[in-house]
Amino acid sequence: MHNPQLNKDGALQHLLTIDGLPREILNAILDTAAPFTEVAEREVKKLPLLRGKSIFNLFFENSTRTRTTFEIAAKRLSADVINLNIGTSSASKGESLLDTVDNLCAMQADMFVVRHAMSGAPFLMAKHLADTRQEHIHVINAGDGRHAHPTQGLLDMYTIRHYKKDFTRLVVAIVGDVLHSRVARSQIGALTTLGVPEVRVIGPKTLIPADADRLGVRVFHDMRAGLKDVDVVMMLRLQNERMQGALLPSPQEFFKYYGLTVDKLACARPDAIVMHPGPMNRGVEIDSAVADGQHAVILPQVTFGIAVRMAVMCMLAGS
Amino acid sequence: MKIHVKNGHVIDPANGIDAQKDVFIAAGRIVGVGAAPGSFAANRVIDATGLVVCPGLIDLSARLREPGYEYKATLESEMAAAVAGGVTSLVCPPDTDPVLDEPGLVEMLKHRARNLASAHVYPLGALTVGLAGERLTEMAELFEAGCIAFSQANAQVTDTRVLMRALQYAATFGYKVWLQPEDSYLARDGVAHEGEVATRLGLPGIPVCAETIALSRLLALVRETGVAMHFRRISSAAGLEAVAEAKAEGLPVSCDISINHLHLCEQDIGYFNPHARLIPPLRTSADREALRQGLAGGTVDALCSDHTPVDDDAKQLPFGEAEAGATGLELLLPLTLKWAGELQLPLVKALARITSDPARVLGIQAGHLAVDAPADVCIFDPHGNYKVSASTLKSQGKNTPFLGADLSGRVRYTLIEGHVAYDSGR
Repeated sequence: MHNPQLNKDGALQHLLTIDGLPREILNAILDTAAPFTEVAEREVKKLPLLRGKSIFNLFFENSTRTRTTFEIAAKRLSADVINLNIGTSSASKGESLLDTVDNLCAMQADMFVVRHAMSGAPFLMAKHLADTRQEHIHVINAGDGRHAHPTQGLLDMYTIRHYKKDFTRLVVAIVGDVLHSRVARSQIGALTTLGVPEVRVIGPKTLIPADADRLGVRVFHDMRAGLKDVDVVMMLRLQNERMQGALLPSPQEFFKYYGLTVDKLACARPDAIVMHPGPMNRGVEIDSAVADGQHAVILPQVTFGIAVRMAVMCMLAGS
Repeated sequence: MKIHVKNGHVIDPANGIDAQKDVFIAAGRIVGVGAAPGSFAANRVIDATGLVVCPGLIDLSARLREPGYEYKATLESEMAAAVAGGVTSLVCPPDTDPVLDEPGLVEMLKHRARNLASAHVYPLGALTVGLAGERLTEMAELFEAGCIAFSQANAQVTDTRVLMRALQYAATFGYKVWLQPEDSYLARDGVAHEGEVATRLGLPGIPVCAETIALSRLLALVRETGVAMHFRRISSAAGLEAVAEAKAEGLPVSCDISINHLHLCEQDIGYFNPHARLIPPLRTSADREALRQGLAGGTVDALCSDHTPVDDDAKQLPFGEAEAGATGLELLLPLTLKWAGELQLPLVKALARITSDPARVLGIQAGHLAVDAPADVCIFDPHGNYKVSASTLKSQGKNTPFLGADLSGRVRYTLIEGHVAYDSGR
């Protein structure tokens, strides 16, 4: 089956998911991102690489952080950025996703950064662009339903590489609501592609998807056992609406059994790093003592995220 | 009109015929197979050399979309698709708009269909008003109006007391009830089989136990009420096992599967292909294998197209929002042949599943070519190859996961009550 995010020469055409991308492309993105981290430290934080390009941030779902980091990334590359919060726009008037896309294409868009509540929405856009012979327009998935959040997965890889150098000797644990997490799926795809020998997921059975082991991970329900000797702990956000009901009885009980505390973190290797995609629920999935502690690399993740997004935009649309 | 179908290879599963024979038709009926009756003078001779002559196909589920969804398909377009697919009798589920829960609607549908002089239409009446699962319909009136059995289409009766009463009432008159075994709580929000592919793609899943739990509940009610029940669209090995056990127990049950589930599995969703969004969901390759064997062995009584034409606008949406269903009337025959070829089944056995066996499920005099039977006949070229595309499909619905597939089995003529309803040469 043709991978819709690669062009016929095997180069990146869109970034829709980590799944199916070869290791070389992931490494190329991380390598391209490295020099961009320095741009932020300059007095003039701008490069002319995407000058004249129009990038549409198309957010069908609320987001402040991700949209902002994409906006900063695009602006540092000198692109023109247009933000559309569709919650307040046409979709609420009944316009279909593809009609919105067609209209923005008619405004000479060069790239869409899209977030959508439905898994697969960016694939639909990419297919439509191919069907209408508009391959010069690129799509970056900024999160679709439970499916994928590839730039988050990549910035996490950048962070791990920064602190741990070599992927091939690591044990990594992903903790929490894996079932609903597009971040977890992209992390798993990236970690396994980059050669991490052991990826674990930890959570109660209600939050681990069916056949998770088929993704190449080991499933743990006991957090202490799952954290034993890990090098990297990747916490996931637990959405408010899932804290009480049929999936979990209460945030307190979740914190007791699956919240990352100093005590539980002691099961990991002494030099383990702790990551979180944000925004954090302190006292639900992570204790403040850990979030603000010496193992946490949560703020560097945010900084690296801008460089990684700049790299992806450049690789897609840079001349 | 007297028709002489000459030199064809007659395959008539019900009568165990699998040989080159001529077929003679007069006054809408078969009047001779092999030998012409005395003084037979044909008005028309159909040369069937190299072709298979079999009973017209009987499709246990084809949505015609009238009334209410004419923008998806019309009776005209779908009846043309039926005869182009060799289908001479079809069952339409009651999930139209309005729902087929009133005799007047059923009469109108039957009348409109009759005027097209095309395939025979057997509507399923709604089991509950509006398919809402709350109040019983006037089943006896609906039966008088032409309903062949009663169904909820894809909808469920969640209130078990209402369901038991509905089944008791249907059993009172000896009506069969056709239900989709799916637990509505477990299936809620689900759009794909709960397994590897749904996990990978982040799609809300429907577990196999949604089917097995529903089957246990329905089978308990069959035992309780004595109603005869037909299970629509079994999708899993475990579900099929439950049906097999019920049959062994002697319960009055039957079941069908769709052409999509016979050939596809969860992997065919690929990168969110909305044409693979189906109800029930495509399951694992092991499930598909069980269905293929079950159809060969007879645990599955019939194969149906589950024809569901959907307009482009309803499919050009993210997978989870795309309307479920696939067009299928014209694919029923070629996909039956494909399955038979892959399992090396003799055609006389394979074709039973789309002719005499569905006739038995329906309890109608059709699906065979004995003398005096209605002359509903399908004449096809088993080696005629073609690629499925929007332009080869007569149905208004071009939505099928088989777009682009190379299939063999082209219908050349379809006869309904002795008149040529479809001639591929015209």
